[in-house]
Amino acid sequence: MSLFDLRLQELHNKLHKRELSVTDLVGEAFTAIEKKDSQIQAYLTLDEAGARAVAARLDDKLLTNEPKGLLFGLPVGIKDNLVTEGLRTTCASQFLSNYDPIYDATAVTKLKQADTVTIGKLNMDEFAMGGSNENSSFQKTRNPWNLSRVPGGSSGGSAAAVAAGEAYFTLGSDTGGSIRQPASYCGVVGLKPTYGRVSRYGLVAFASSLDQIGPVTKNVEDAAYVLQAIAGYDPKDSTSANVEVSDYLSALTGDIQGLRIGVPKQYLEGLEASVKACVLEALRVLEGLGAVWEEVSLPHTEYAVAAYYLLASSEASSNLSRFDGVRYGVRADHAGSLLDLYHASRSQGFGPEVKRRIMLGTYALSSGYYDAYYLKAQKVRTLIKRDFDEVFEKYDVIVGPTAPTTAFELGSQVNDPLTMYMNDILTIPVSLAGVPALSVPCGFADGLPVGLQIIGKAFDESTILRTAHAYEAHTDHHKQRPIL
Amino acid sequence: MSTSKYETVIGLEVHVELHTKSKIFCGCPTSFGAPPNSHTCPVCLGHPGVLPVLNRQAVDYAMKAAMALNCEIGDVSKFDRKNYFYPDSPKAYQISQADQPIGLNGYIDIEVNGVTKRIGITRLHLEEDAGKLTHIDGGYASLVDFNRVGTPLVEIVSEPEISSPEEARAYLEKIRAIMQYCDVSDVKMEEGSLRCDANISLRPHGQQELGTKAELKNMNSFRGVQRGLEYEQFRQSEALEDGELIVQETRRWDESQGKTFSMRSKEQAHDYRYFPDPDLVELRIDQVWKDRIRASIPELPDARQARYTQDYDLTSYESGVITSSKPLADLFESSLQFTQDAKSVVNWMMGELLGHLNSTGQELSEVKLTGQNLGEMIGLIEKGTISNKIAKTVFKEMLLHGKRPQDIVEEQGLVQISDEGAILAIVTEVVADNPASVEDYRAGKDKAIGFLVGQVMKRSKGKANPGLANKLLTELLNS
Amino acid sequence: MSITTKDVEHVAKLARLDLTQEEKEVFTEQLSAILKYAEKLNELDTEGVEATTHVLHLSNVMREDVTHESLPAEKVFLNAPDEEDGQFKVPAVLE
Repeated sequence: MSLFDLRLQELHNKLHKRELSVTDLVGEAFTAIEKKDSQIQAYLTLDEAGARAVAARLDDKLLTNEPKGLLFGLPVGIKDNLVTEGLRTTCASQFLSNYDPIYDATAVTKLKQADTVTIGKLNMDEFAMGGSNENSSFQKTRNPWNLSRVPGGSSGGSAAAVAAGEAYFTLGSDTGGSIRQPASYCGVVGLKPTYGRVSRYGLVAFASSLDQIGPVTKNVEDAAYVLQAIAGYDPKDSTSANVEVSDYLSALTGDIQGLRIGVPKQYLEGLEASVKACVLEALRVLEGLGAVWEEVSLPHTEYAVAAYYLLASSEASSNLSRFDGVRYGVRADHAGSLLDLYHASRSQGFGPEVKRRIMLGTYALSSGYYDAYYLKAQKVRTLIKRDFDEVFEKYDVIVGPTAPTTAFELGSQVNDPLTMYMNDILTIPVSLAGVPALSVPCGFADGLPVGLQIIGKAFDESTILRTAHAYEAHTDHHKQRPIL
Repeated sequence: MSTSKYETVIGLEVHVELHTKSKIFCGCPTSFGAPPNSHTCPVCLGHPGVLPVLNRQAVDYAMKAAMALNCEIGDVSKFDRKNYFYPDSPKAYQISQADQPIGLNGYIDIEVNGVTKRIGITRLHLEEDAGKLTHIDGGYASLVDFNRVGTPLVEIVSEPEISSPEEARAYLEKIRAIMQYCDVSDVKMEEGSLRCDANISLRPHGQQELGTKAELKNMNSFRGVQRGLEYEQFRQSEALEDGELIVQETRRWDESQGKTFSMRSKEQAHDYRYFPDPDLVELRIDQVWKDRIRASIPELPDARQARYTQDYDLTSYESGVITSSKPLADLFESSLQFTQDAKSVVNWMMGELLGHLNSTGQELSEVKLTGQNLGEMIGLIEKGTISNKIAKTVFKEMLLHGKRPQDIVEEQGLVQISDEGAILAIVTEVVADNPASVEDYRAGKDKAIGFLVGQVMKRSKGKANPGLANKLLTELLNS
Repeated sequence: MSITTKDVEHVAKLARLDLTQEEKEVFTEQLSAILKYAEKLNELDTEGVEATTHVLHLSNVMREDVTHESLPAEKVFLNAPDEEDGQFKVPAVLE
């Protein structure tokens, strides 16, 4: 059994009783990485020296009366689109392969303040565009449950590292499902907070109106801990909400008696049969705990993917324009003029999916098409948000699958962007509505994990954590570990 | 230039840097003249992951400027991204405002040749400035300094209602004065805190449809704006006369050659792909906010001009000159605490002071003249302590060294001689030494007395009271 | 809505991307398919529907006009591909 299977409270007790040191925990992470990561390939960059130095400092701190951070001593992996000062941050892009950040993302700063130890940076789809990690410029992360399968994406490295015991927890980012879908594929818990709950400062922007940072953990309790540490208003992010941060841990009461659950009928259509079976079984468990569920409708669900790809790509086309080879990044060899420099650096620095989305977004914003594509998509976004508002008038949470299938084979979808985009059909509407959702393991199909998506009202992470926690306490899917 | 058969149509886009302490979206200082790139941070360098946070003072200044230009202030304003690649733009988009700017539908009144004309202002919006490029290696490379990037700017767009280069200059000078009175900008063209681009086209008189326009850039002084437009007006009218088609293009004013040149060999596709910046939230401007800003707007140049004309019996031209810049108007007002003679103050300011500033190219802030000194000097003239001629010497001293006029007069022994006996002695000498002129005078050539007075002034080193000298001389010659 | 290779070339120019002939063909096909799929949105009547730029209805988020310390030169130029005299160096601005 890994030290990382111990509950956070148990770990802290052992640390205080000197039965364990932070150095031991960090050693555990690097041992696991040493053993498994050549197969999993979750990490892009490791910082063993830095991690051991921090561990030693925290071990010293254990001997003092100084207050200890909420996540004291926990080895964490950070998705490689969160900037870490002095620790290479590439967004899994050739363009940023040499980028040495000059500041820390706010979420990273908050983790440091909570006394975590950063182990390294995790693989992802380039600039978070993709759902399989196959769009990484550097390596293809594997699903720890089946190495021929993808871990999902874009936070595939974050999910795979937790599933493989290569970090106590990790941070990911979710724009259209990029935390929840890989969490579902890898059998771990992934939480996308309400838009504005966690500061985006230092998260390399993909689609600014959708991006959120969130935790990937082995269980719901850890997700609550991590959210507690990273949530909150940040004066550096104008879109971070000045809404009080709840006490997420005290929300984990185990009691969901009378909880009203809406299950969108659209979310039960077109699923793999085994996925659907897992979800229905999960609903029975929730019912058994005193919750009541009814079928509801989110009528604009089928429009979400189209609206999302227009909006996200449009924003991305602008967000990625700064990668021009003038101030940082890889400046390609070029023919001589400034225009040549731009073209060469961007064409050589970006992979096909990134180019595809830049092209789509540039087109959607271009003169003559703005109203038909971008503005239309923004209006459809309003309709999708209203769907959620209406359901949440009567229900506390919305429950459904996280993804229509389990993890697919590597290479099976790379040449078909539209099919690939459809994997996100159940997570995208939630992102467009800006509400929080988490994925919690709810069973296996052919040895591959299935995730249950629990969606909440804006800023009501407490209720989805409480629901997931109660569910998890009565199942043992989250205790399963892949054999590597 | 109403010479030709064409009517000139000009619209100006004026950029005014707001003098906030920090940049519009980050806390880097905005001060001018720092070493390159020393006022930069991850945000204004456009590093991955950074986000903008709006400077409240920039919004307040923009609202103040918009109100002073008689714009309507919307209840909601927002920021948009203007996408284009250029090395001076670190994010490859400029945060600007598209369809919901701070101010809309304003106007200002300008006066040219005694005629007042109202020029409409289409819009005023808030945006961030770009960095600065320096071309090196004979044009084969450029260096980029990002200190200026993120300095808050307002762009003021006029209606195409300006009909001559002279009006354009008057419009720009009026905008400068208003911004200066509002204290939102340093408005120095030479430092780039006031910049101006122009659209100019010609059309036959009576034609409704606008002609093809050229966009004129790089006019770095008020004079340059006028000259550049004059040249372009000339160029276009010649072209039209020769039956050529005017090409819609951007042209660069070359001050040294006195000509405009086309800036682009091949016309480039511009598509800025404006869209609302998702990193910034909208501004909701309520009545309380608007009232607070409105209350902060001081008396503006037009109001001051009207007041001066009425209260001090100045001509409209005089009060216009005095109020054309706030420091000048302030000097005028502070002088009047020390003298009642507003006319004299105006004469000294418009003559000696502006003459000095024009010939040296200095700003008022660079000379040491104070209102008190000017007022007191005029008092000395009134009392007969110094003559007007001596006063010019005193005035120069005040400009250069800021001394009080009494002290200058004492130190340099410049007190006017008003003692009859002393002057009579000189007069007698002059009469004795210039028999020919005396003869002329007596023969009826009145002009000769001027020469004789001049001789008296010269011998007294300018200190003789000229009135007294004249009187004593006349008495002696007629006796 | 199907787009042509010419559209793709124009957009690539705006986005400062060089595309190979093969990329042009693939993108023409793929972007056409995606845009065709996006036409689905036209099934919805959005007349009078407000556009959502932000899901949160935040307004007036501003900072006070206070300066912070700027970066030291070693950080400004830490990642610079080319630097000269304390400035970023780029090739001639020729278009």
